[in-house]
Amino acid sequence: MREYLLGNVAIARGVLEAGAGLAAGYPGTPSSEIIDTLSGIASGYDIHIEWSVNEKAALEVAIGGSWAGTRSVATMKHVGLNVAADPFMTLAYLGVDAGLVIVSADDPYCHSSQNEQDTRRYAQFASVPCLDPADPQEALDMTIYAFDLSERFSVPVLLRPTTRVSHARSDVETGRIPEGRRRGRGFIKDPARRVSLPVNARPLHRALIDKQKDIERALESAPWNRLLLKGDVGVIASGIAGLYAEEALANLEADISLLRIGTYPAPSRKIEEFVKHTSKVMVVEELEPVVEETVEIVARRCNPELEILGKRSGDIPRAGELDPLTVRNAIARMLGMSVTAPRELPGTEIVPPRPPSLCPGCGHRAAYYAMRKAFGKDAIYTNDIGCYTIGISMGTVDTCLCMGASITIGSGIRFGGDERPICCCIGDSTFLHAGMTGLLNAAYNKSRMTVAILDNSTTAMTGHQPHPGTGVTATGEETVRISLEEIARALGAGHVECVDPYNLEESIDAFTRARDFPGLSVVISKAPCRILLRRKGERFRRYRVTDECVGCRQCVEFSCPAIEFDERAFINQLCTGCGVCAQICPKGAIEVVK
Amino acid sequence: MRTSNCDMVIVGVGGQGVILISEIIGRAALKAGIPVRAAETHGMAQRGGSVINHTRLGCVYGPMVPEGGADILLALEPAEALRYGRYLSTGGVALVNTTPVLPTTVTTGQFRYPDIEEILAPLRGFARVIAMNATEIAERAGNPQTANIVMLGAMSRFMPVDEALILDALRDSVPRKYIDVNMKAFELGKAEVSG
Repeated sequence: MREYLLGNVAIARGVLEAGAGLAAGYPGTPSSEIIDTLSGIASGYDIHIEWSVNEKAALEVAIGGSWAGTRSVATMKHVGLNVAADPFMTLAYLGVDAGLVIVSADDPYCHSSQNEQDTRRYAQFASVPCLDPADPQEALDMTIYAFDLSERFSVPVLLRPTTRVSHARSDVETGRIPEGRRRGRGFIKDPARRVSLPVNARPLHRALIDKQKDIERALESAPWNRLLLKGDVGVIASGIAGLYAEEALANLEADISLLRIGTYPAPSRKIEEFVKHTSKVMVVEELEPVVEETVEIVARRCNPELEILGKRSGDIPRAGELDPLTVRNAIARMLGMSVTAPRELPGTEIVPPRPPSLCPGCGHRAAYYAMRKAFGKDAIYTNDIGCYTIGISMGTVDTCLCMGASITIGSGIRFGGDERPICCCIGDSTFLHAGMTGLLNAAYNKSRMTVAILDNSTTAMTGHQPHPGTGVTATGEETVRISLEEIARALGAGHVECVDPYNLEESIDAFTRARDFPGLSVVISKAPCRILLRRKGERFRRYRVTDECVGCRQCVEFSCPAIEFDERAFINQLCTGCGVCAQICPKGAIEVVK
Repeated sequence: MRTSNCDMVIVGVGGQGVILISEIIGRAALKAGIPVRAAETHGMAQRGGSVINHTRLGCVYGPMVPEGGADILLALEPAEALRYGRYLSTGGVALVNTTPVLPTTVTTGQFRYPDIEEILAPLRGFARVIAMNATEIAERAGNPQTANIVMLGAMSRFMPVDEALILDALRDSVPRKYIDVNMKAFELGKAEVSG
């Protein structure tokens, strides 16, 4: 059947068509919609779907599933694989039972990420095969193929969509979803392949190296490696760059050789054939020069004179994402054809920047305002990964590195000799993902500082997924509801209090007490995400500015999108009635609309 | 050689319903048996940031419209039309909603929001510009949230897809109780563009 599918939905479809019985992941753009989609339809199939607390947990759950004989998938964004790298690296040695696929979605250009690392490098690092889909159709087909490949060679298989595949939509041919039992026959004891004692790991490492040649040979003939030899100039392109290259050649009406690559280790026999028949080649791929390096190695052996254009020559950028015009122009330049200059549009400098901003009424904004009043502008604010990082304009985001790092970096700054007040900010989902160990570490090592847990009762940035603090599972079942307050106390914080950030005075007092506490203090600022409340049907009151306004701009500094200013303040229709501006106004000139 | 039958770039502010427009077009194309490709903005930019969607009809390549290649630029917000004006082809059509959504950089007084004529003038230099107050028209239809559908109605005049299929896809894409108001929004938008 033909359907119009988002890339991530196509991957979810592939998981179902492949007969998988377990899917685990942690939300992260651009990977989140895979589990989101599966959790919506799980009840119709014999499949376990979970949002795990982090990517390491997700992968380990998937490993257990595979070892119980059930086809399993773990999903995450590229940086999530760093969190799961520990199980991932050794899993390659131990191998799988039923097929195990790891989806690690890359984000060239950092659309919604802190870096642009290339998952194909992880595949090389771990000696694990990797599939690089170009569009939603390939994403679906490769997902099914990945399970078969995983079982054939007893290795996990990486699927690496990029943002422009995961968040692309296209017409996709779907297949049949098998009915019936999906869970396997259970765990079979086999210590030599399940226990990574040195005595087992040594031979397993050798076995992993030995099977690389077989894996490469099997991948050579995969349908996503397509060779078209026409003349002695050509292009080798991988993943979505293969589509950009095909489009460029059609647009330029250039009838030259093209090798499209979709699997790793890269198909060296096809590359060899290509290299032997060409004198000049351009390698087009996003991010790291993985294919380019393979072409260089093959050329050294079979055609040392080959002229290779790509990242090393400066023809294809190594940072950021590729786009059709960049690829078209790079190929046109190689062929001596005319280049299409990007349109110079005079007048665009008048367009005001529109960075993402915290939503009107967001509890994070209120918490930041109170925190800043209590701690002052000289305090150090270490921050973390989530919606709240967007609050950078409020002066409460001094660092952001990776999940959970706010607390540990804060400790380090204290022990590094800085005596100023420190307030670490971390969201509820991020705290449960990787913040708890940091808090434990801070308590154990006697760190003097404050940790603010900005609890909006959801994983907001990635699309409002539940977590252990919400008391609901991925599939909407009720489960144990974890108390952040109790966790903070259990991990050793000396002073813990909860506060409603919309009550400004109480909130400032709470942050002041936390600042003055002579040890490790925790403030939990609780305000459910406004988007979530709106979806649940909550209707918000609105505020307006009265004639008492003297134009002092104090409310404007709250930087809420609902507050405009033109000599006097004005509250627009975006207001969701949090009421904090009314508490800030020194003239009492902001009131509820009756 | 052309590599797509109709390239569209749909822009606006997170939350305005940019993705829904593209979804409806994609579903209509599927009904018509036309290959379709689209690229969406999810994640961080959706928080009140600037969003861009690429939609390509009759295309079997990548989902992104090359800069300077869009046959149609549809802007749900005026400043966004100019921000992404570089995607529009010479002689292309720009459909622009004239109701601004002020970014916080403007509400906090760091930047000035330009006049509508300042925004449209550079686009008029090389393209056909059709400006309308889609937000106000949507209110007339019965719901200001349907401004995106008003703009879709206007754009339908320029798309190589049968209007009946677009309306079918629209019905499939919105909750049942909002079908009527959306159909009305579509018609009012279409009427803004002379045949």
